[in-house]
Amino acid sequence: MILLTDVILMLFMVATAIALVFVRNLFAVIMLSGIFSLTASLLYLLMDAVDVAFTEAAVGAGIATVLGLATLGIIGVQDEKPQQRSSLGSFVVVLITGIVLIQAANDMPAFGDPDAPIHRHVAPRYIEQSGEEVGVPNIVTSVLASYRGFDTMGEVMVVFTAACGVLVLMGRTRKPDDYPEEDYREDIDPREGSSDFVPKDDDESVRS
Amino acid sequence: MMREKPILRVVSKNLIPPIMLFALYVQFHGDFGPGGGFQAGVIFASAFILQSLIIGVAEARRVARSALVRSLLAFGGILYIGVGFAAVAMGGNFLDYDALDPHDPVHGQHLGILLIELGVGITVATAMITIFFTFAGYEPLPSEPAPDPNREAPEREDLAQAVPPHEGRR
Repeated sequence: MILLTDVILMLFMVATAIALVFVRNLFAVIMLSGIFSLTASLLYLLMDAVDVAFTEAAVGAGIATVLGLATLGIIGVQDEKPQQRSSLGSFVVVLITGIVLIQAANDMPAFGDPDAPIHRHVAPRYIEQSGEEVGVPNIVTSVLASYRGFDTMGEVMVVFTAACGVLVLMGRTRKPDDYPEEDYREDIDPREGSSDFVPKDDDESVRS
Repeated sequence: MMREKPILRVVSKNLIPPIMLFALYVQFHGDFGPGGGFQAGVIFASAFILQSLIIGVAEARRVARSALVRSLLAFGGILYIGVGFAAVAMGGNFLDYDALDPHDPVHGQHLGILLIELGVGITVATAMITIFFTFAGYEPLPSEPAPDPNREAPEREDLAQAVPPHEGRR
């Protein structure tokens, strides 16, 4: 039964991915990628990776979709015209990469194999000892926060750096933005020149 | 934005407090069930995003002041690293929570995990709020018109007259 659900969900993901390639409307692309993430989170849920499923649903399907829509608000919904030139070369590259990846997948341990290397290295220690060593019922939390605390610090720094990058690139502060719109529009009359940060209407040449 | 849609506004307004409460639950219940700082931060930020979708980004920014949000963005990371150095100061390795409570290492682990998850949650929440506000509140300057395929790029002098400053807001 679980196998059937897995297969159906994966087919759904494949269909979403194919639709993503062919759809030209950017709004539909964002929605489809949200659906893709939500399906992936369902798959994680079926594999009992609840924490990962939670993150995927919150970040992949939630925030990423909202940010995509916000970006769409900036650049506008444009239907890009399909390129006329032949894309045979790209197809060959994708085909070869796919064949190589499928070949490599043959060497991977079988799905759910208890003797897979990943289950024989440090995982038994986490499962058997973390209750005494860390004392947190959720092993995922004890691995994430304690055993692998240094990695998680790196992840936090990545998030911090991403926010800083967005601020540096797009977060230019124009002084009037710091004030509520009404105050700026009505209470401060730019023509009176009462405030040195409000550009006058004919001041464009100075600013640009 | 949606001032004229009372149902959306009332429903969303009533949803925001439970969303924040759920974020706090996910944050502090991460030791026992699924969840933790990353998920809680994203959920907490989504409350602010929902609010700014209803009342507009400019209004939402009056609640989440950018100075406060940016300070908290840095504070979360500092809290995390600070816990690491606190462990060093108390005689352990970096991020070795056992050293936080010399008498009861498991209690030290609990304390350390609680604090660093709080740091993660604060940084992720404020980072998401910052990124969303930056994207949603972004307006091209009058000197750089928004891409519009149907319009030819006007000359620079024409542009100053065609688009008066700050006219693009409404």
